[in-house]
Amino acid sequence: MMNAESLTPVDQYIYLSSLLFCIGVAGVLLRKNAIVILMCIELMLNAVNLLFVSLSTYMGDASGQIFVFFIMVVAAAEASVGLAILVMVYRNTRATNINVLDQIKN
Amino acid sequence: MMNQIPFFIFSFIAILMALGTITARNPVYSVLCLILTFFALSGHYVLLNAQFIAVVNLIVYAGAIMVLFLFVLMLLNLNKATEAAKPVLWQISGAIAAGLILVTLAGALRGASDFMVKGGPEAAGIGLVKNLGKMLFSDFVLPFEISSILFLAAMVGAVYIGKREKQEEGEQ
Repeated sequence: MMNAESLTPVDQYIYLSSLLFCIGVAGVLLRKNAIVILMCIELMLNAVNLLFVSLSTYMGDASGQIFVFFIMVVAAAEASVGLAILVMVYRNTRATNINVLDQIKN
Repeated sequence: MMNQIPFFIFSFIAILMALGTITARNPVYSVLCLILTFFALSGHYVLLNAQFIAVVNLIVYAGAIMVLFLFVLMLLNLNKATEAAKPVLWQISGAIAAGLILVTLAGALRGASDFMVKGGPEAAGIGLVKNLGKMLFSDFVLPFEISSILFLAAMVGAVYIGKREKQEEGEQ
C-alpha cells in the first residue's frame, strides 16, 4: 500500500530530471561524434520519462505512464532511423564526425 | 524516511554515469555508462511504484536500443578514441549554455509541487500491468495503433536507407 508521505518529495525528482536533461544538452553541445550525440538525445528523453513517471505517481494518474510508453516507442523508431542514416554517412565519408555533414549537399 | 537512501543512491549512480556518458573518449564506454544510467532510472521507477515502466525501460532501452548502438559502434569499428575535441571556446560556451538551461528549468519548476493534486488511495496499483493495459487498450487505443504505423514506417525507412547505398555501390 502506497502512501504519499513515505515517498521522496517530488521536488527532488524535478531537480534530478532537470539535471539529467541538462547533462544531455551539454553532451549534444560538446561532443563531435554523431553516435554519442544520439545517445545524449536518448538521455534527454529518459530525463523527461523520469519526470513523467514521478508526476504520474504523485498525482495518482496513470496517463503519464502511458505517455512514457509512447515516448519509448518513438525513441526506438528514432534510434533505428538515425543509426541507419549514420551508417550510410559512414559508408560515404568514412567518418561519423558531425563536421563532415556540412559537405553533404550535392 | 525509508525511501530516501535508495533514492540518493540511484540518483548518484544516474548522475555519475550520465556525466561519464558525455565525458568518455571511447564511444563504447559511453554506451556502457548510458546503460548503467538506465539501470539507475529503472530503480527510480521501482521506487515510484511504476513496475511496468521499470521493466519496459530495461527491456526496450538497455536491452534493445543500447545493443543497437553497440552493434553499430562495433560494425563501424569506432571502438577507439578517435574523436577530435571541439575548440575550447566552443566547449566553454556549451557548458555555460547547458548550465543556464539547468538554472532556468530548476527555477521554473521549483514551485510546481504546490499546485499538484495528491493522488488518492486508488493510486496504489497505478503502475501495474493490469491497470496500464486496461488504459492502453481503452482510452489510448488510437495512439497505440498509430504508433504501430510509425514503427512500420521507421522499419521501412531504415531498411531503405541501408539498402539503397549498397545498390549504388554495386553499380559503380
